Amino acid sequence: MMEDFALKVENLVVSLGDLVAVRGISFVIKKGERWGLVGESGAGKSLTALAIMGLLQDGWDTSGAVWHDGINLLTASDKKLSTRRGRTMSMVFQDPTTALNPVAKVGNQITWILRHHMHVNEKEAIEQSLALLNKMNLPRPESIMDSYPHQLSGGQRQRIMIAMALACYPELIIADEPTTALDVTVQKQVLRLLDTAVTERNCGLLLITHDLPVIAAMCENVAVMYGGRIVETGSIAEVFTNPRHPYTKGLLASQPTLDNIDLEGGTRLTSIRGSVPPLYAMPDGCAFAERCDFATDKCKELPELDDQSQRVACWNPIAITQKGA
Amino acid sequence: MGRFILRRLVFFAITLLITSVLIFALIRAAGGNVAAILLGKNSSAEEILKLSTELGLERPLPVQYFEWMNNFLHGDLGQAFRSKQLASHLIWTQAPVSVPLSLGGLLLAIIIAIPLGTYAAKNFNKPSGAFVALLSQIGIAIPVFWAGLLLSLVFGVHLGLLPTGGWVPWTENWVGSLRSLVLPVFTLGIVMASTLTRYTRTAILDVMNEDFVRTARASGMSRRVALIKVGLRNASLPLVTVLGLLAAEMVGGTVIIEKVYSLPGISRMILDNVTAREVVVVQSTVMVIVIYVMTINLIIDLAYGLLDPRIRVGK
Ligand SMILES: Nc1ncnc2c1ncn2[C@@H]1O[C@H](COP(=O)(O)OP(=O)(O)OP(=O)(O)O)[C@@H](O)[C@H]1O
Ligand code: SF4
Ligand SMILES: [Mg+2]
Repeated sequence: MMEDFALKVENLVVSLGDLVAVRGISFVIKKGERWGLVGESGAGKSLTALAIMGLLQDGWDTSGAVWHDGINLLTASDKKLSTRRGRTMSMVFQDPTTALNPVAKVGNQITWILRHHMHVNEKEAIEQSLALLNKMNLPRPESIMDSYPHQLSGGQRQRIMIAMALACYPELIIADEPTTALDVTVQKQVLRLLDTAVTERNCGLLLITHDLPVIAAMCENVAVMYGGRIVETGSIAEVFTNPRHPYTKGLLASQPTLDNIDLEGGTRLTSIRGSVPPLYAMPDGCAFAERCDFATDKCKELPELDDQSQRVACWNPIAITQKGA
Repeated sequence: MGRFILRRLVFFAITLLITSVLIFALIRAAGGNVAAILLGKNSSAEEILKLSTELGLERPLPVQYFEWMNNFLHGDLGQAFRSKQLASHLIWTQAPVSVPLSLGGLLLAIIIAIPLGTYAAKNFNKPSGAFVALLSQIGIAIPVFWAGLLLSLVFGVHLGLLPTGGWVPWTENWVGSLRSLVLPVFTLGIVMASTLTRYTRTAILDVMNEDFVRTARASGMSRRVALIKVGLRNASLPLVTVLGLLAAEMVGGTVIIEKVYSLPGISRMILDNVTAREVVVVQSTVMVIVIYVMTINLIIDLAYGLLDPRIRVGK
């Protein structure tokens, strides 16, 4: 059976003892489709990503199902998962300074992946690695292969991480804030590389970031997470032009755009008042209620995602005022 | 790497210099009137003064220190006042007992602790891993002499497999020498292995939580492969430092073990000479031991440099 999706998450729950950090989320990423995942710090984005990869630290439990390449990743053995990780799905992490093995040469770290998954010989693996590094706009790839991570800059290391993630033509790439730790100028270059590579290879992409413009530029769809749940999801055009959830609206209003920055350097950014409730004090109803201007009594009950094409989980969603572009 | 080695060597030299001053000062401070003690109770004041002058003990301390160092560096470690034996000769005859004992113990500790610590880390959330952790904890709490008595009781007295003490010189019967060393080496090895097992477990658990292990697993290494290919190598870095500390523990353990198994080793020789107030012999022998431990440490430091590319290769 040939699946047309790269990832199908069904009612994923991630918890540590009594603390439930991800509270039942579902979404499907088709092959070649790019999804942005946004939400404030603590929303559960990284845990979602790690749960999908099967890389949660010991002690975390999951329930639900995550389908990829014909298996449920949540119940597969570590050995089985290791045949998929780096091969059909890979992940780029936030901090490239700590993400590479400090005592192994960069070249060996890349060639290992190719030899392990693609069963190519040493010579072939080296050639493919050099080609990958070239593609990542890394000058003098031979000397990079021969370097240890500490000899390279953060930007170089993150390009290497992306090269490693792409090495075996995966169907799915998860990038968790891949540029947050980099200089602003380097951020753009790295994102452009990721963008091109994903397009060329037709992979599914799950891009986690705080940077809404980046998601708008790179993805087709977006899911907004709050308090461990997806509160709004739809196409970029829909969600960014007409946010229906008060939280999404607040999030968009807190980003600088041409409309709310004036030339004197002053801004009229409105930040959302209050903060995310801690895990141990998550309300039973809508998690956003305390900070919401639209809250009513009904909001003490938990709103579910509705059935529109632009889905929202809110009792008093904002009306759609204009058609998305 | 060149600069790293140079730095280590300079550090080595400075440490030796400082310890030599300390050894000299401490022994002089603790020694009392050396000449009086050497001559015994019934000696007259003139005799004591005469001997003091003869031994050069009346001169200013810095002069005595420099003379000792000067001689030491020229290979003259001094001699015992009563027996007239050369300190270098005494050390030379005891070393074949103490060196194999201490190095053998260290080696055995490594051989036991690395696999055991790795096992405990790998199974940290299972009863078997917890059991090993508990075992090492108990091992750390057991005093060396007690472990020695226990082992000699079981293997020497009850099972009669090995000698419970005493020493057969290598030249006489090397199989006998080896047999006399088995229990002492095991005692020292097991005691040190307890500490090292614990450190190994912690080091591996720490490393397995590092970002780069997560990357390795995200690239397709199973937990087990990541442990072997990435974890162990990185965990060896903090462990190498621990080995340096263990080398010092090793000397302390050797002293006690030579006592428990009545081995004619260096530490026993020092104790005898301390009691007899043979100041020069004690001074020089302690210095030799310090050099021994420091050299092991130096080798360990250099090994660390080789293992860690962040030290070996610059930016
Ligand atoms: N090891 C842990 N122990 C306890 N709680 C944790 C742990 N790791 C994460 N959490 C909690 O789980 C929740 C979700 O964390 P997660 O890292 O997924 O957030 P995130 O959306 O990725 O945030 P950020 O934008 O800061 O990366 C947070 O409330 C966080 O405090
Ligand atoms: S459900 Fe109620 S509290 Fe929650 S976002 Fe909607 S209006 Fe606000
Ligand atoms: Mg995160």
